Amino acid sequence: MHAARCRWSALAALALAVLAGCGPGPSSTGGRVVVSYWEKWSGFEADAMQAVVDDFNRSQGRIEVRMLSVSGVDTKLLLAASSGHPPDVAGLWSENIPDFSEKGALTPLDGGLAKAGIGAERYVPFFWELCRHRGFTWGLPTTPGCVALFYNKKLFRAAGLDPERPPRTFAEFEEMSRRLTIVDIERGGRMARVSFSELTPAERLGRHYTLVQVGHLPQDAGMFLSGWGCWFGARYYDGDRKVVADDAGQVATYDWLRETAQTYGVDNLRNFIEGFGVAQSGQTPFLGGTEAMVVQGPWMPNFIAKYAPGLEWGAAACPAAEGVGGGSPVTLAQCDVVAIPRGASHPKEAFEFICYLQRQEVAEKLARAQQKFTALRSVSPGFIEHHPNPAIGLFLALSRSPAARSVPRLSIWHEYDAELAVARERVLSLRFSSADALREVQERVQWRLDRVMRRWDVVGAERVAEWRAYEDW
Amino acid sequence: MKTGEARRTALGLAFTSPWIVGFAAFTLFPVCASVYYSFCDYDVLSRPVWVGLLNYQDMVTDRVFWQSVSNTLVFNLMALPIGLVSALALALLLNEPVRLRGVFRAVYYLPSLVPAVAGAMVWLWILNSRLGLLNQALEALGVSSPPQWLTDPAWTKPSLALVSLWGCGNTVVIYLAALQGVPRSLLEAAMIDGASPWKRLVHVTLPAISPVIYFNLLIGIIGGLQVFSAAFVMMGGAGPERSVLFYAIYIYQNAFEYRHMGYASAMAWMLCLLIMALTWVASRLARGFVHYPSE
Repeated sequence: MHAARCRWSALAALALAVLAGCGPGPSSTGGRVVVSYWEKWSGFEADAMQAVVDDFNRSQGRIEVRMLSVSGVDTKLLLAASSGHPPDVAGLWSENIPDFSEKGALTPLDGGLAKAGIGAERYVPFFWELCRHRGFTWGLPTTPGCVALFYNKKLFRAAGLDPERPPRTFAEFEEMSRRLTIVDIERGGRMARVSFSELTPAERLGRHYTLVQVGHLPQDAGMFLSGWGCWFGARYYDGDRKVVADDAGQVATYDWLRETAQTYGVDNLRNFIEGFGVAQSGQTPFLGGTEAMVVQGPWMPNFIAKYAPGLEWGAAACPAAEGVGGGSPVTLAQCDVVAIPRGASHPKEAFEFICYLQRQEVAEKLARAQQKFTALRSVSPGFIEHHPNPAIGLFLALSRSPAARSVPRLSIWHEYDAELAVARERVLSLRFSSADALREVQERVQWRLDRVMRRWDVVGAERVAEWRAYEDW
Repeated sequence: MKTGEARRTALGLAFTSPWIVGFAAFTLFPVCASVYYSFCDYDVLSRPVWVGLLNYQDMVTDRVFWQSVSNTLVFNLMALPIGLVSALALALLLNEPVRLRGVFRAVYYLPSLVPAVAGAMVWLWILNSRLGLLNQALEALGVSSPPQWLTDPAWTKPSLALVSLWGCGNTVVIYLAALQGVPRSLLEAAMIDGASPWKRLVHVTLPAISPVIYFNLLIGIIGGLQVFSAAFVMMGGAGPERSVLFYAIYIYQNAFEYRHMGYASAMAWMLCLLIMALTWVASRLARGFVHYPSE
């Protein structure tokens, strides 16, 4: 009997140990509170953040932050929050904020921020607003980003262009792009390698050539593909429950994409693109030297140094269509943020950590290591001069441009983006006109938004009351 | 119930309780909950909001839903017959008494052991229109503009049907087992009567293994309607112009990417009904063609 009881006790202890192992990890170690921190960055960006985390851990003896680099952090965070075991801090993108806050996955920070004396006056208004939704603040910036045109000076020189003079107007951009596009074509029984601008009208129309280098490839804009509309003055959302995916600016954007496919040929472009890797992998046409101009963010020099150290590059504002931007340079900007998930075990300690990240010297250390800039209004003396990214001044100026735009702050942006991607594929295959492809986007996204708004009408008041309860945390 | 019996029953239940608890918590409860969620607007994080039949009504008007249904059916119409016929052909060949038969059997079964993701990555390169082995072979044979297997919406489904053949080893093994059960006496009698190999196949072998063909057909239909991994890995989900947005992928997108769990639950139940309906249709159609030894 005694032996049987011992066996049952041992089994129960084993089960408890297994269950304990499923928990969120230790909540304290050596008298210090352990704050778990999930961050989307990997590689050098994660290393840069780890250095800042180490500084924080050394700077005091009460809290220990443990950072974990997590791929697909947005999806995993929602699952963790729904299970009631989220990390204490999560590194997200600003476009996650509307969706995650409405779903109740984040903790509003306003009460804590008021006590800590952190407010809008410290930040570039554009980036501060990206951290807010429905009148509450949901995260604080780490490193913001915006995009510019990177170009390959060697390819400019080879095409007879001045490598110190990137395009200034959209017409110039298009013209240079054609000159920088190189094709292999059969002429008189022999293969010739010529610039697209040297092709005869018949050769251009025939499209019986192979693209070996392109001036610019609109499809190669990484995560900013759906943002091309910003350079054409497109609107996405009118702010009053009305999607405007088919407005004139969007149609102009998609007409431009369609024209690219018409100019170079659908099959030629597909053959050229296939075989390249994902953005920032080192297998992109720009890093491989077969694309002369690309729209990318301030992190690009890091990737160039890693994957194409010999690449001679320059950067400039990407020209917008005529009349767009009102004379100011146009850019698409977003912001990486740190937020406290709902249900975090140590929200106060997590808040202390994210406030630490807002200190000027800390934010600038992180920005330098990631080759980016900060979201703070002020810039320390020497920040630009001693910054490892020679184009940082350009990015700082672009981020403060009155014509800086962000993707619409909508909880269904992820779906909207997917619909725009389908429309893009349809016009690039020339199977749809821009107007028809965008009409479908309009109908579908509006339908989805109506569903989300119907839900918000039911749960919105309840949700806002929950958020208000955090005001004196 | 006697005390001893009750004790044995309790002991039996105690030993099977890990499975019972696991089944109840991870299968039975989610399945029952999904019925309720299919009538709700539910995003996992906040409480479900009852919307009645709206999710089911939405399916009727959702063009992408119908595209996913059409993609799935078209893919199955391509992949299922090719898969069944080629697996049977391979099994017939591997059943022949040739030298190194064991090696051949192992070689054809081997791809079934390769993880789906690893296999998909290999096929990504084989089907690459510019650098892929397949198009290089076609060009060497004189095809001037071979298909763009992965980027042209017209070719994406045939590409995946081709890839699905890669893993037909499991079906081959089932056919092989069935072929070895075909009575030798029947084959010998047919041979003595002067039946050609083709006639022996059509009139003896195929009727004898017809229950197994029927089984593979049903498994093929059920599996085919849930096709997911190859398209998800090779085409990033929906493929160009949503040409390989299969039903299961659309459920996944709604549930885990867009978090419309209510809509995804309703779709999952419709898939369940669709599988039951198609299985019933297949059973009715197969009635005259399936012969059981006891009949």
